Amino acid sequence: MNAHVTPNSPGPVSLTIVPPFARFSLRIAAASVEAASKAFGLELPVKIGQGQAKDGRAAWCLGPDEWLLHAVETETVQIMEAFARFRPETPHSLTLISDREITIAMEGARAAELLSVACPIDLARIHPGMAKRTVFDSAQVVLLRDGPDHFRLEVWRSFFPHVHELLQIANRELASGY
Amino acid sequence: MLLIHCPYCDDTLPELEFAYAGEAHIARPSDPSELSDEEWRDFLFIRSNARGVHAERWRHIHGCARYFNALRDTVSDKFLRTYKAGEPRPDTSVQEAVK
Ligand SMILES: [Zn+2]
Repeated sequence: MNAHVTPNSPGPVSLTIVPPFARFSLRIAAASVEAASKAFGLELPVKIGQGQAKDGRAAWCLGPDEWLLHAVETETVQIMEAFARFRPETPHSLTLISDREITIAMEGARAAELLSVACPIDLARIHPGMAKRTVFDSAQVVLLRDGPDHFRLEVWRSFFPHVHELLQIANRELASGY
Repeated sequence: MLLIHCPYCDDTLPELEFAYAGEAHIARPSDPSELSDEEWRDFLFIRSNARGVHAERWRHIHGCARYFNALRDTVSDKFLRTYKAGEPRPDTSVQEAVK
């Protein structure tokens, strides 16, 4: 990280790095999604953008045959084994991507305004519980909305310094009255 | 900024999430070794370069990641409609008549 970036920049929006958790990319035919729901213990949503969460596990549909899965880190192996059990009958790929991205949590009444600095997507149409793959200042990200003023941004590691610093600069600009 | 309707996401999203991928409905010859050099050249390089309605491939690369097709007017840069990969080119004569 660049030395001049302060860990807790001032600004109206609180920006925090989410501690490690288990993150998977699941690719499976839409017709077989029921088997995946059973293995993951959560009914996977089938409409792109929609999410589902229960008992520490969450799933979002990112594409016609693609889901993003979250769980607590200690359940990583257990989840991989549950999917491996039905792979012979139902081909799919479950890829562990916990370390591929870093997640930034944003909270505050001006969180959506802060994101709009570099997110071209219409944030008003991403309702709490939804997730979309999109871009943040040309870096590909997955944007999760947890509440009206609460977002998470999943960023690939190599793009993280740029995205994080830009968020902090924009946050300071909001604080300065822009 | 252009807004493009992705037929897989069923959502209209900013152009920045999409990538252009050339003319649509160009089938790769099933046996390239049977083609003459001229026929192979035409398959690789010769495109219609339409002035007006053009069928073209797009990829929702920073979204659902799917390829789909679009009809776009190359003069006005307006999208007439988008449709899923594998679907036939929509009949635009009807739309022209409506105009
Ligand atoms: Zn899409």
